[in-house]
Amino acid sequence: MGFTLSNQQQLLSKMATGNGHGENSPYFDGWKAYDSDPFHVTKNPNGVIQMGLAENEMCFDLIQEWVLNNPEASICTAAGVNEFKDIAIFQDYHGLPEFRNAVANFMGRVRGNRVTFDADRIVMSGGATGAHETIAFCLADPGDAFLVPVPYYPGFDRDLGWRTGVQLIPVACDSSNNFKVTRAALEAAYEKAQKANIRVKGLLITNPSNPLGTVLDRDTLRSLVTFINEKKIHLVCDEIYAATVFSQPSFISIAEIIEEDIECNRNLIHIVYSLSKDMGFPGFRVGIVYSYNDDVVNCARKMSSFGLVSTQTQHLIASMLSDNELVERFIAQSAKRLKARHMRFTMELAQVGTSCLKSNGGLFVWMDLRRLLKEQTFEAEMVLWHTIIHEVKLNVSPGSSFHCPEPGWFRVCFANMDDKTMEIALSRIRNFVAQYKEPIAPRKNNRYWQSNLRLSFQSRRMDDIMMSPCMMSPHSPIPQSPLVRAT
Amino acid sequence: MLSKKASCDSHGQDSSYFLGWQEYEKNPYDQVQNPNGIIQMGLAENQLSFDLIESWLASNPDALELKRNGESVFKELALFQDYNGFPAFKNEMVDFMASMRGNKVKFDPNKLVLTAGSTSANETLMFCLADRGDAFLLPIPYYPGFDRDLKWRTEAEIVPIKCTSANGYKITETALEEAYQQAQKFNLKVKGVLVTNPSNPLGTTMTRLELNHLIDFAIEKEIHIISDEIYSGTVFNSPSFVSIAEALTERNLEDAEVWNRCHIVYSLSKDLGLPGFRVGMIYSNNQAVVSAATKMSSFGLVSAQTQYTLSQMLKDKKFTANYMEENQKRLERRKEMLVCGLKGAGIRCLESNAGLFCWVDMRHLLQSNTFEAEKKLWKKVVCEFGLNISPGSSCHCSEPGWFRMCFANMSEETLMVAMQRIKALVESTIVPQQTGLSKSRWLKNKWVFQLASYEQEPDR
Repeated sequence: MGFTLSNQQQLLSKMATGNGHGENSPYFDGWKAYDSDPFHVTKNPNGVIQMGLAENEMCFDLIQEWVLNNPEASICTAAGVNEFKDIAIFQDYHGLPEFRNAVANFMGRVRGNRVTFDADRIVMSGGATGAHETIAFCLADPGDAFLVPVPYYPGFDRDLGWRTGVQLIPVACDSSNNFKVTRAALEAAYEKAQKANIRVKGLLITNPSNPLGTVLDRDTLRSLVTFINEKKIHLVCDEIYAATVFSQPSFISIAEIIEEDIECNRNLIHIVYSLSKDMGFPGFRVGIVYSYNDDVVNCARKMSSFGLVSTQTQHLIASMLSDNELVERFIAQSAKRLKARHMRFTMELAQVGTSCLKSNGGLFVWMDLRRLLKEQTFEAEMVLWHTIIHEVKLNVSPGSSFHCPEPGWFRVCFANMDDKTMEIALSRIRNFVAQYKEPIAPRKNNRYWQSNLRLSFQSRRMDDIMMSPCMMSPHSPIPQSPLVRAT
Repeated sequence: MLSKKASCDSHGQDSSYFLGWQEYEKNPYDQVQNPNGIIQMGLAENQLSFDLIESWLASNPDALELKRNGESVFKELALFQDYNGFPAFKNEMVDFMASMRGNKVKFDPNKLVLTAGSTSANETLMFCLADRGDAFLLPIPYYPGFDRDLKWRTEAEIVPIKCTSANGYKITETALEEAYQQAQKFNLKVKGVLVTNPSNPLGTTMTRLELNHLIDFAIEKEIHIISDEIYSGTVFNSPSFVSIAEALTERNLEDAEVWNRCHIVYSLSKDLGLPGFRVGMIYSNNQAVVSAATKMSSFGLVSAQTQYTLSQMLKDKKFTANYMEENQKRLERRKEMLVCGLKGAGIRCLESNAGLFCWVDMRHLLQSNTFEAEKKLWKKVVCEFGLNISPGSSCHCSEPGWFRMCFANMSEETLMVAMQRIKALVESTIVPQQTGLSKSRWLKNKWVFQLASYEQEPDR
């Protein structure tokens, strides 16, 4: 039985039929190309290599070995099977105490034990995705806004805004100062919101940054704290890449800053964390809301009912992360391997005249291909991007998908593949760059051409966005969400 | 400083339903260590058949060890975050759901959306079907958690469908229409009806007649039906369970518009007794709902580790068939124990054939036919006699004096102790002389005769 679009629009909520999920975007093409022609070293050596997926596959050998040697973590010892019942029936939204303790312990160690975390403030969520949405529900009403420095992770639009009705207002950052967040930019964004009668409830930062891979220095962090304190707005710090920092300058957590001599209402400080990046466990859906505000902890905990971590997983993680020897070894090895991978990548690119933003964390590089653009426009960026996908056969993420204000930047992930695949990816990039010494001109009849490429920086109210055929890619959306994986 | 949602109490956790739990937490019963503690009878958990699951797991170590044919699949699972779900798991789930319905209906894994528990499934469906301020009709009494799950963050409204003990709480055409009119009166746009079948807190299954009334109503009003069938595996007696899916198929409505407006919520928390694993799901014939709900499931996916373990377990059809049969036998036996124990204390229950609880009639123990009296009695039961039971008002029951008592979350010994305490309670309570209601008249009727309807909002 066919339904017209308007039937569905009446039948379902505006939320369900609108575009707030953010998946009707032209960026699907990269994912589609990969899914229809995925690289495999032997079975499909000419396929598309996935470099749009910020996953950490660097240290699974360590983890798998540990799991094998510690069967009780998987509840599969003879004695352990009796534990099964206790774990299977435990649905308390406080979470298993050993789980919270282990996560608090891990978070502290990742920060070199310079700070400790209170296990009673650890609140579970359905991944960092769930954590961000929960925080938005706790701190903001529909129509309220969060300031977010650009470029930022595309999923934030969905996570903070889709079902909550919250808007994101970009804070301008650009390459002139390596995308640093300045006080002036914060003030400008705040003013803009005030003029538009939009109530700003907080500032969201990702540190280490996605997509930049950089860490915030102490002065910047302090200025952010001063800013939010003065404005009496919240500071949400997404620290999910904390353990991926592999060289100097070292990572400084907001948890450390607030212990310093600085005026700060702690009730405004909240951290989002997850094991998806640091440990490489996105499939286990371990998200954490850590707040210094008791009311937020209580509210977030109640909301965690909508996305609790499976106790089977809580139990596994509790065992794993309370093994200090494993934790220390993992943190050290992970950093070492990420550093080596990053160095290889950036050095190879430098040799062919391609630079990346100087970075020391994350699972990706922020590659500068501005010189390959025929013109400094987002249309030209899209053309270059399609060329990279379809001719060079690499799925990378264009900067515009991260709301980057300057065309020509690309996020390229390097931690989700083995060494062999990485070498092949590098050789493809080398050949490509050598081949295209001239900037790439936009092709008039390019069937990949799309209008309406530039993401609007204006806040998008969910209610105003209705799904319309012209916004959808002519290629049917692939079943798998790029937003789930393009993190 | 915080949002309205954070500052108000529409999370519903100040209700007596949850307060009883808090009392229990402070002083929990333990046969050995705290024999005078409070016995938890407010928790609808199924703990009767874990031995079956444990022995299966012991014989099939790959499931927990995350191995496939002896090879570790840890990495594959750790990286698996596709919101379409683990295909092997979804395939097994649809088979399992079908078998529970006597294979009279078939389910398509592509129409199944996995969520972190039915808590998340219900909220997600509301986000998909209702705008802020829209309403869903729900028969009372209903599961207290619905106030949170359906209304809190979605800002949807619930309008009750009045069901009373006068006819065994059956959903009538009149009651449906009255609820709809009530919503209109408050200028609320009704988007659908949500039923729990088998019912929580009643423990009864919906009859074919009720299901047909519901379908007719949904056709006439052009609204959705959400059928929360999370207790479908706990049906231990006749009449057998009839799913909304079966009712629609029987009427050959696969091509009708209403087919696209019927959605099922399911979970493994009750049937398999695995609430900690957070395995919930939405089943819908409406592609747009499946699509939207799938995207929303990003906020609460099922751990890949758990999907894998359970896919292995459910693949063993012999095990699942045996489990369901044995589990239902044990549930029936246990329920009979509770019913007999209560009868011995002069207390009756609503006749039930499913669920993990009984709907208990303690009206004759009230000092007056009011919710204040119910609250007083409840406090007495919890604090003086050490039983955490759920007062009917927390389930939005329109008649004071009914309580939900769970029986499947404790050992037989503990249940015996609970029965003794109930007997002691009854002996300590003077049967009240209520206006127009004598003790003998009460004993004559199976159901209480119709009292004047109460407009009063039940206690939260």
